[in-house]
Amino acid sequence: MTSENSQKSTLRRISAKSVTAAVKTLFIEANTALNPDVISALRRALKKEESPIGRQVLEKILENAWIARQAVMPICQDTGLAVLFVEIGQDVHVTGGDLREAVREGVRQAYADGYLRKSLCGPLTRANTGDNTPAVIHVDMVPGDRLKITAMPKGGGSENMSTARMLTPAAGIEGIKKFVLETVEAAGANPCPPIIVGVGIGGSLEQACLLAKKALLRPVGKKNKTDKRLSRMENELLEKINALGIGPAGLGGRITALAVSAEMMPCHIASLPVAVNIQCHVARHKEVIL
Amino acid sequence: MKINRTVPFSVHTPLTEEIIMSLRAGDTVLLSGDVYTARDAAHRRMADAVQKGLPPPIDLKTAVIFYAAPSPTPPGRVIGSIGPTTSYRMDVFTPLLMEQGLRAMIGKGSRSPEVAASIKKYQGIYFGAIGGIAALTARCVTHMKPAAYEDLGPEAIRCLTVADLPLVVVNDSQGNDLYKTEQNKWRIFL
Repeated sequence: MTSENSQKSTLRRISAKSVTAAVKTLFIEANTALNPDVISALRRALKKEESPIGRQVLEKILENAWIARQAVMPICQDTGLAVLFVEIGQDVHVTGGDLREAVREGVRQAYADGYLRKSLCGPLTRANTGDNTPAVIHVDMVPGDRLKITAMPKGGGSENMSTARMLTPAAGIEGIKKFVLETVEAAGANPCPPIIVGVGIGGSLEQACLLAKKALLRPVGKKNKTDKRLSRMENELLEKINALGIGPAGLGGRITALAVSAEMMPCHIASLPVAVNIQCHVARHKEVIL
Repeated sequence: MKINRTVPFSVHTPLTEEIIMSLRAGDTVLLSGDVYTARDAAHRRMADAVQKGLPPPIDLKTAVIFYAAPSPTPPGRVIGSIGPTTSYRMDVFTPLLMEQGLRAMIGKGSRSPEVAASIKKYQGIYFGAIGGIAALTARCVTHMKPAAYEDLGPEAIRCLTVADLPLVVVNDSQGNDLYKTEQNKWRIFL
């Protein structure tokens, strides 16, 4: 017997049942209670908005958030495609079931018991799957003995206005800014402004999209702290997006976006992948660490 | 005498030609009466029916179509949360349905040039509702009943009775487009 094998196992046990329960709670909470950072950003927007109709829209958005929370009703009827980020510590042992199935079951229960809309269908048959599964689950192995689950119900209207493009290295940061602005302008009123704009730069095609989506998890208004060029770009883009005049609900005004959040990583010498993931004003996500 | 357009117009369904013709882009409206929810799958099916020469399941000549699919109704409530979905996805079906008599639609976001032209040609109207305020909007619904295509689940056609549903006229019968005019008003050319 080697010394490694004789060591006592340090795996921490987390039951599949507790994963299911956590996922269920997260999706119901995310769909009925906006996070405080989003509420604060909407309040700041209301102070800045000069358009009378824009102010009315922002007031209604805030009133709705309050009603939804008090009545435990969905903030938006589109309770989303269930996107999850699961970070599993390498010293975690999930017991009593399969992790992905445990997550799926949590989604099923949340959408059934929470009176959330089942918005998934076969892409070609367009037949509803009936329980809002399968979910989109991103699993990452990380150091430690914890399990972190982030639930992000993502609405279809804003996701439809999102896009990715493989720019040339020569396009540079100016090319990135132009692409983001074009995307937001083309989206207009469709994605329920004021929006949050997630930008993913670098990696591969799918990694850029993932970075853009993860950028949407950053608290609203927090700038990128890893790179000054990115935080400057975020500021400049926010100013330019708000100069478009699209405004709350697209009815004209100063506030088209609440924030721009960008993330990046190195990419191939031939490429400059850029993804823009648009989030509507009902910016929902909740997380838990087990 | 000049009409005061700063106060919302209270209108009741069915929307007569006179009502539709008198409303202008930018007018706020409190709509009462019956509206029918229909979105992607229901539009596909209605368009298929019409193309086969079959009657659509609702009377398009009098119907107000609301591009929407509510969340499930919890016990003790009339409806779950409800609000508009993005309208452009229905654009491909709209001219055909307007040819069949449809005049009034509720949604969010801009319409295609073809739909804008149909709205002008058939003297129709497109109302905008605010997206993402669905718990608040649900309060305007006083009754809900199934109307057609129940097998479509969330996408089924339902008849909603609404009281003072707040809307704004986006595309009017004269060819005006509120999104264009309002967004240009606030645009800053840097």
